[in-house]
Amino acid sequence: MSHILDIQNVNKTFGGLHALSEINLQIEEGTTHAIIGPNGAGKSTLLNCCIGRLVPDTGTVTFNGRNMIGMQPWDINHAGMVRVFQTPEIFPDLPLLQNVMIPALAKRDGTFKFNPLKSLVQENKIRDEAMQALADVGLDGFHHQHAGSISRGDKRRLELAMGLVQHPSLLLLDEPTAGMSRHDTNRTIDLLKQIKERGMTKVIIEHDMHVVFSLADKISVLAQGRIIASGTPDEIRGNPKVQEAYLGGAEL
Amino acid sequence: MGVQESTKARDFMTLVIFTIVVLTAPLWAKLIGAGYPDLLQKFAIFGLFAIGYNILFGLTGYLSFGHAAFLGIGSYTTVWSFKLLSMNVVPAVIFAVLLSGLFAVAIGYLSLRRTGIYFSILTLAFAQMSYNLAYSVLTPITNGETGLRVLAEDPRVIDRAIGVEMQGVPLGDFFGITMTGYSAFYFCAVMLIFGFWLSLKIFRSPFGMKLVAIKSNQTRMEYTGFNTRPYLLAAFVISGMYAGLAGSMMAVTDPLAGAERMQWTASGEVVLMTILGGVGTLFGPILGAATIKYFENIFSAFNEQVLTRAFDFLPDALTHIMVTITSPFVGEGWHLTLGVLFMIIIIFIPGGLMEGIVRIGKMLRSRRSETKEESDEEDVENVEPETVVKGEA
Repeated sequence: MSHILDIQNVNKTFGGLHALSEINLQIEEGTTHAIIGPNGAGKSTLLNCCIGRLVPDTGTVTFNGRNMIGMQPWDINHAGMVRVFQTPEIFPDLPLLQNVMIPALAKRDGTFKFNPLKSLVQENKIRDEAMQALADVGLDGFHHQHAGSISRGDKRRLELAMGLVQHPSLLLLDEPTAGMSRHDTNRTIDLLKQIKERGMTKVIIEHDMHVVFSLADKISVLAQGRIIASGTPDEIRGNPKVQEAYLGGAEL
Repeated sequence: MGVQESTKARDFMTLVIFTIVVLTAPLWAKLIGAGYPDLLQKFAIFGLFAIGYNILFGLTGYLSFGHAAFLGIGSYTTVWSFKLLSMNVVPAVIFAVLLSGLFAVAIGYLSLRRTGIYFSILTLAFAQMSYNLAYSVLTPITNGETGLRVLAEDPRVIDRAIGVEMQGVPLGDFFGITMTGYSAFYFCAVMLIFGFWLSLKIFRSPFGMKLVAIKSNQTRMEYTGFNTRPYLLAAFVISGMYAGLAGSMMAVTDPLAGAERMQWTASGEVVLMTILGGVGTLFGPILGAATIKYFENIFSAFNEQVLTRAFDFLPDALTHIMVTITSPFVGEGWHLTLGVLFMIIIIFIPGGLMEGIVRIGKMLRSRRSETKEESDEEDVENVEPETVVKGEA
């Protein structure tokens, strides 16, 4: 089995706080790996260390055999690791369609392309890809609307479309269903199941156990900056340590 | 596809109407008392300056306070080309645009290492540095306070080689057409139309869309896979080249260059023009530039006699009162009028004159849909806001 993402001995401290200590985590290609844990456990910090927003104090992050530490965020994106943010990071001044065309252009054009005389209306292929991604998340009817004016749940779906249109080999999802209605959550689960069939590897940070147990092939539990358990959903469900640390003994 | 074709057709029509309005400016400008070449040249030159500035400030949101430096570089280069090579404006304009572009690469590369207010301060510092250098150590190049001017005994190697002799005060020349009065205006007008066309292309290009996305959320752009700094530098250099072209036009219409062109007030003026007209809109900056230049030239020419004549129809005592009230706003006080206008617009229509025009257009359209029967008369009114937009341009 090959590991698409290999995190070794990662430590990160903020002042005196050990946000991450001795994290070792391997993500297998083609799987959906969920990272769960109470608030402040270090889940988002771990993702930030992967995409270059934070630099870990020690340790390595290897993606597809390449060391990601110290790489620029745009280079990490082009390497094939794409993150969907927890708080929607969209382009509020642009229509939905353009919000998705931009990542599609990034995929095609690379980190920089100077084409001031080319007309946007000629970008048929890019527009079709963007429309398809919007259709995948169920936003195709709103492509002319400005992204700043849509609801928070819709913004999350837009985020997802922006990630999907790049066809990354690894998609990092930071609470993709937070703030969504039950109906939209179920739709997102279905969508993420479809992507799995396309062979895209996913790492999901999620609070909603319904989402985690519907999607995950493997679950790692993070508490106080440490991985306290890793295994299949069934193993995690039955693990008393996890129940105590994360769920306060509640039934899963 | 239908939508794409209609977008293209609309842009083409916009360009055609813009061209017609600019080329017929000497005719319609008479109606607002601006029908003389000096002022029309200023409309075109500052319109060009503001269009270029808008590509940086309007699209990326990076507020430069130093674009006057490129205006100055363009002017000095043009005058030097007149002095050393030829009074022909073509090489002068080309050198001016290239050299200001080169300076923009250097200043942009350093300033764009910072964002927000720090970027603005860095650009301001570079421009003020250029201004002070022009007055002091660079006097051999800039001729200091006197300003750089074209002299009859200058070498002008190309002109001498082909046997062109200058009589009297040398003027810019376009293959036999002397750059003065309306011919100079038409040269500026052609440059303005070219500048507008290029700006329209950039607005409609993927490159332009990415610039707007940087303004909207720069961090997100970086995590989306774009290195934003080269994009910002490209926008900075393009707008610097526009400023260089505008500076060159100033020297073409009046062959001298002074350091005051680089002062921070000149940089501030283009910011005001862009905001007054509408940041990030196609027509706004030209409209803002024309408005400010109109006020500067028309209101400053009013004096008490003009005001007394204007209020003549009132009883004597009232005329006196009205003249006393309004006189601080004209003549030397035209800045006061402009300041009040600027405040009113920013407070009530933050999108600038363009937003005002769009609002009026919407209002008229909704009124027309209510009273469809009277459409004949209404139609005439409906056309008006559009003509005003392009008219002032």
